[in-house]
Amino acid sequence: MIPGQGLLKGLAVTLTNFVASYPWGQRLLKLIGINGISGMFTVEYPEQQVKPAERFRYFPFLVYDGTPDNLRCVACKICEQECPPQCIYIEMEKDEQGRPVKQHGRTLPKRFDIDVSVCMSCRICVDVCPFDAIEMDNDFELGAYDRFQSLVFEKDKLLKSAEYFAQIKPTEAAEVNARLAAKAKKTATDKPV
Amino acid sequence: MHSRNVMPEQALETQLLELNIGPQHPSTHGVFRMEVVLDGENVVKLKPVMGYLHRNHEQLAEDMTYIGSMPFTDRLDYFCAMTNNLAYAIAVEKLVGLDVPERAQYIRVIMSELTRLVNHTAVTGFLLNDLGAFFTPTLYAFREREKILDLFEAASGSRMMCNYMRFGGVREDLPDGFLEGACEVVDYYPKFLDEFEKLLTENEILRARTQRVGILPKELAVSASVTGPMLRASGVNYDIRKVDRYSIYDRFDFKIPLGSIGDVYDRYYVRILEMRESVKILDKVLRDIPSGEYLSPRGKAISKAPRTFKPPKGEAYGRIESPKGELGFYLVSDGSVNPYRYHVRPPSFINLTILEDMCLGHKVADAVIILGSVDIVMGEVDR
Repeated sequence: MIPGQGLLKGLAVTLTNFVASYPWGQRLLKLIGINGISGMFTVEYPEQQVKPAERFRYFPFLVYDGTPDNLRCVACKICEQECPPQCIYIEMEKDEQGRPVKQHGRTLPKRFDIDVSVCMSCRICVDVCPFDAIEMDNDFELGAYDRFQSLVFEKDKLLKSAEYFAQIKPTEAAEVNARLAAKAKKTATDKPV
Repeated sequence: MHSRNVMPEQALETQLLELNIGPQHPSTHGVFRMEVVLDGENVVKLKPVMGYLHRNHEQLAEDMTYIGSMPFTDRLDYFCAMTNNLAYAIAVEKLVGLDVPERAQYIRVIMSELTRLVNHTAVTGFLLNDLGAFFTPTLYAFREREKILDLFEAASGSRMMCNYMRFGGVREDLPDGFLEGACEVVDYYPKFLDEFEKLLTENEILRARTQRVGILPKELAVSASVTGPMLRASGVNYDIRKVDRYSIYDRFDFKIPLGSIGDVYDRYYVRILEMRESVKILDKVLRDIPSGEYLSPRGKAISKAPRTFKPPKGEAYGRIESPKGELGFYLVSDGSVNPYRYHVRPPSFINLTILEDMCLGHKVADAVIILGSVDIVMGEVDR
């Protein structure tokens, strides 16, 4: 073997890749008969954005049906208990006597805070929620200028509609809706009015 | 140049030089420190110092439900989240005696072999960075890795922190189009490996820098309980996929590539060959995957209500061949919702213990590539 041959072969590879990283280069390579090397991979974020996968998860939100006061959440605190990094804080809405207030036939949270800086996007809160009240959002642009206050998302900031959920995750939303409809039907047949 | 022997050699007073490489140094792959004693350029003593990234993983897991530790295992070796999940799931399944449905076994094998591809491409890229081939091979490697990470995102929702495995299966079924996408990636992979090898394997500079550097003899490797590609590069035929035959690895036909003398070049080349074997396994798995359940009913109940899951008293050690070596989880249950003891056997930590033996007598620059060839991830070393 000629000394330096391996090195030159390697340089040929880098040259091909360099040429392939331009649109004219790709045409040129096709002309010479080198196929299968796609050159351009990077995306110029934020001008260009890649659509994330449907299951992409970043940060949880609370789902409401119709109007924002019609929350699915009943403040049962299961997610608070199961959250591995303990980033959820929930307080139930109560009247002066300390009895839970009911709205639309169910209890509701007075406070529901999630700390963005602690949340690790694991999706366990969604898995354990018996009411499908919490779901994962795919908005990842949550940067803030201060370190504490604006990174704690309170209830009103976490609220998002069921339509929004169906828009970002159609497959999962269809499953959830089917499950909820089955449940509603079951309660209706169990307790005839 | 006639100034040779102007001064008699005894008159030169030389001193050993103590040098800290790291903890903030690009060659140490994270926050790792090597206390090196140098005689000129040669290493005469080397002491690895770890613990800068200690996050109390094991103790935290003892205060958490069994499912609750699953996302934390992603963060051990953040290059191979899927295999970490798998090792933990296997340990718990052993503890309780859970069955895994057929389809889930196939999905697990797909994910762990894809992870092997991700890890080995990334580590060979980084090894070349350490050698001074600044970022060209790394970015070629990352280009391919990105395609696989997109698959992980489609299946699990996250590129690196997958949190995908569950006890008794996987969390979600594969999405539509996953298998086609995976087939495309896997079919292209040999082409990429050919290109990568053309760039590197015969390169004279690479050979001069890596051959006969950092030799790890067979006996030492075995007695230091080194595992993974490092052990196989020294010529020991030991792969837990063959030895233990966990999951469904006994159904696939693949070879265990072995090195001859165990230098840095062997470690590089064994990884390349292992990727080719992984492609072979993937080829078969992706075409054979049956339909069916992805998570057993018991597994579903556990992930829905983690606090109802109380394994019986006892202990279990689950291990797999992670891309870096033997990854094991040792669990002791006292019958409550939290594990009584939770221990991780991280491959890169144990592979790191013989760093000094490999580095002695070599130059400082070689110490850097020897460390690179060990393939460490500090998240796993320090936990």
